Amino acid sequence: MSKKQVVSSTINGQQVEFLTEPQQSLLECLRDTLGLTGSKEGCNDGNCGACSVLIDDRLVNACLVLGIEIDGKDVVTVEGLSNIHELHPVQEAFVLEDGLQCGYCTPGFIVATKALLDKNANPTEDEIRFWLAGNLCRCTGYDKIVRSVRLASQLMNDAKGDLS
Amino acid sequence: MSKKMIERDKHISVGTRPERMDAKDKVTGHALYGTDISLPGLLHGRVLRSPHAHARIVSIDTSKAEALPGVFAVVIANDLPEADDRTEKAGESTINYKFLRDNNLASDKVLYVGHAVAALAAQSPDVAQTALESIEVEYEVLEPVLDVRHAMSDQTQVLHEQIRTDGPDGSGDTPSNIAQHIRHVKGDMKKGFSDADVIVEREFTTVPVHQSYLESHAATAVWGMDGTLTIYSSTQGAFLARNQVSELLQYPMAKIKVIPTEVGGAFGGKNPTYVETPAALLARKTGRPVRVVMSREEVILGTGPGSGTAIKVKVGATKLGKITAVQAELCYEAGAYPGSPVHPGAMAMFAAYDIPNGQIDGYDVLVNKPRVAAYRAPGAPQSAFACEQIIDELAQKIGMDGVQFRMENAASEGTERLDGSLHKSIAIKEILGVIEDHPHYNEPIEGPNQGRGVAIGFWDNWGARSSVEINVNSDGTVNLISGSVDLTGSRTTVAMQAADVLEIPFGNVKSSMVDTDSISYTDTSAGSRTTMATGLAAVEAARDVLAKLKVEVADMWNVSLDSVIYSKGVFGTTESNLESITFADLAAKLSGQINGHGNVNVENWAGAGGGTIVDVEVDPETGQVKVLRCTAIQNAGKAIHPGHVEGQMQGGVVQGIGWALYEGYQYDELGHVLNANLLDYKLPTSLDVPSIEAVIIEKPFPSNPYGARGVGETPIISPAPAIANAIQQALGKRIEQLPMTPTTLLEKIGVI
Repeated sequence: MSKKQVVSSTINGQQVEFLTEPQQSLLECLRDTLGLTGSKEGCNDGNCGACSVLIDDRLVNACLVLGIEIDGKDVVTVEGLSNIHELHPVQEAFVLEDGLQCGYCTPGFIVATKALLDKNANPTEDEIRFWLAGNLCRCTGYDKIVRSVRLASQLMNDAKGDLS
Repeated sequence: MSKKMIERDKHISVGTRPERMDAKDKVTGHALYGTDISLPGLLHGRVLRSPHAHARIVSIDTSKAEALPGVFAVVIANDLPEADDRTEKAGESTINYKFLRDNNLASDKVLYVGHAVAALAAQSPDVAQTALESIEVEYEVLEPVLDVRHAMSDQTQVLHEQIRTDGPDGSGDTPSNIAQHIRHVKGDMKKGFSDADVIVEREFTTVPVHQSYLESHAATAVWGMDGTLTIYSSTQGAFLARNQVSELLQYPMAKIKVIPTEVGGAFGGKNPTYVETPAALLARKTGRPVRVVMSREEVILGTGPGSGTAIKVKVGATKLGKITAVQAELCYEAGAYPGSPVHPGAMAMFAAYDIPNGQIDGYDVLVNKPRVAAYRAPGAPQSAFACEQIIDELAQKIGMDGVQFRMENAASEGTERLDGSLHKSIAIKEILGVIEDHPHYNEPIEGPNQGRGVAIGFWDNWGARSSVEINVNSDGTVNLISGSVDLTGSRTTVAMQAADVLEIPFGNVKSSMVDTDSISYTDTSAGSRTTMATGLAAVEAARDVLAKLKVEVADMWNVSLDSVIYSKGVFGTTESNLESITFADLAAKLSGQINGHGNVNVENWAGAGGGTIVDVEVDPETGQVKVLRCTAIQNAGKAIHPGHVEGQMQGGVVQGIGWALYEGYQYDELGHVLNANLLDYKLPTSLDVPSIEAVIIEKPFPSNPYGARGVGETPIISPAPAIANAIQQALGKRIEQLPMTPTTLLEKIGVI
């Protein structure tokens, strides 16, 4: 076993310091060390997207990143999108459009959708399907997920409109 | 329509689309699944798995592993008591406890690559994984049996010396890999074929596919000092899991508490237990909580796929389009232990049709692959792949439209199936009518290399036992608990039915799934039963609440019980128009001490038919098939929550598309799985499928208060044959094997 190292980073807006062994993935650190179990393990080799998180606004699979790599970085997980009082519009949209069944892939889809809409406020259905192809869902057949993303886009655009 | 049915205009919740009760916890990452459970002092369990497909275990030496720092305990089959050789129903599948014990931890032989041999608990997952390498197992390697037809031959090595074929004419004399031979006979098959003008005969093959729930199997076990074993399990059936652990440990049910977690997908694969008992053994040895979570590779290697099959089918019809006879031979891989879904496969195969004469022979065949588990309409997609292509081909030969040909031969209420049972209320003709009239079926196909296919299917569903309790609170809200594990929204759909009977707003009902200590026995969430059967238990519990409240009202007003009436949330009496009290006010008066029980054993339920229309485009250079458009039609009886029904249909169809085009175990000649990961075992992504249009038909089943039928499984049955029929239209070639990969198509076209 290798010696543990200290990592300091910002996770969901909070300054965090934690210990990690050099071989531990970010997903293990989030789930086992930091208690952030919202990011899920589906495959542990980057093929399912259930552990999608944002590192410095970039969408990544947390199982493919080492914990030590996030030193000095800003990480957002599904837990960081909402607070107890208010859902993020993407989360709201998945609730309203029934874009989930078992819900295990859902945190990954929520984070991936936020990343998409931050880049492209009005994606077409093809763009949505292309972007989300790295996230597997075994329950829904994707139709209600695509509808959820479209509604999320609308909700986020409406919110921007309200501000201007 | 039966008087027992609830009138439509009284529905408050049923038929609407309220928000899923578990939605907010799931979109925020707060919902706790089996893999998320952690307890103080937790140890991490890992399982050592066989590298051989077929071998005798000569010896196991765990001493080196036990001596490693950070390793707390190692267990093998000897740590389990002997199990009874007894078989019980588990969902649509069966479980034999002796075989389940050997499947949890192999005793004398390993029967597939990935078969569990030992388990250990260590301080971290890494230490546990490394320690597995120190367990020394000596094997005597045997010839692997991997092909279902080869397995059936007398000359082939047998997996189990003690198994004799249980056949229609009694038991066999010699050891065999055919565990069971079933036969359904109707009418005079020979005469039927001699009456036919056209006969089509083909053989089809399919390979095992995995349910591929995204959450792997996970269990955390802990023993209390009073002898209580508590297990947090990602299972479809908390009671089913409890009973399996009780049998394997020979330990009283009352002292085992299974707490069902949120379940990240199951589709039939989380009826058998794999990690619960090893976790319990390790927890007992160490005195600490132990969590065992499988990796994706372990899930694919060690848990239940759907059967690989070889199916011969022959159908004859007259020139006018009447089927005269059918014959089929269904060879279904059971994997390492008996129990393939050949029974339901045979049941479903021709169930959508009125067949005058026929015979089906079904074989449950042992091969050196993981023991199969139920997978959504188990056995039916394979037999439908064969049947619906032959039906399509017959129609073409006769020169009749495929839908018209199906309509000519469609089963209806009272039709006797080949398995001898009579169809209850079904809607095959209505489904075909919807297909015929649907724009998708009538709009022209646009480009070259495109084709349109249709297929239909029927599934019998399940009823069984469910328990619900309702507690009324003093503010008029109610808590509903049920013994059913909520896989895809049944907490919500069951609560909707209770709200309707109580005539209170859906928002006033809080519905939860509870552990096995807290409610009476409930069968597993399988067989498309939960919304229907547990819903019925909720209706009974709500009626019990109202009956008890009416007694209170009669006492309070000193009127006769018969005079008490209840409508739209308000109690009154026919003896006076001055007295009235709302549900909430009465609840307050009674300080909330009112509860209702619903314990049902549903023996009268109905199956559900469905169909698929699909357009595909085949790239003749690459052999790739693109699904352009897909419409699913299904009889829901009554869609309790139409959004959930659509979700079941769309999800089932996409699993069917995966089965048709991408999914399947690949083996080398020694029985090693070549694609035990989600890159090489390809599931459909959002980019691979179009939006599935879901068309719900509501032909009520009169014996259910709402007319509801199970809906979860039917949608997976007809996509693969519909796609095969569409490919045939595009290419002029019939594909006789699943999955229909580019390689298969290019071979058919003659490109490679």
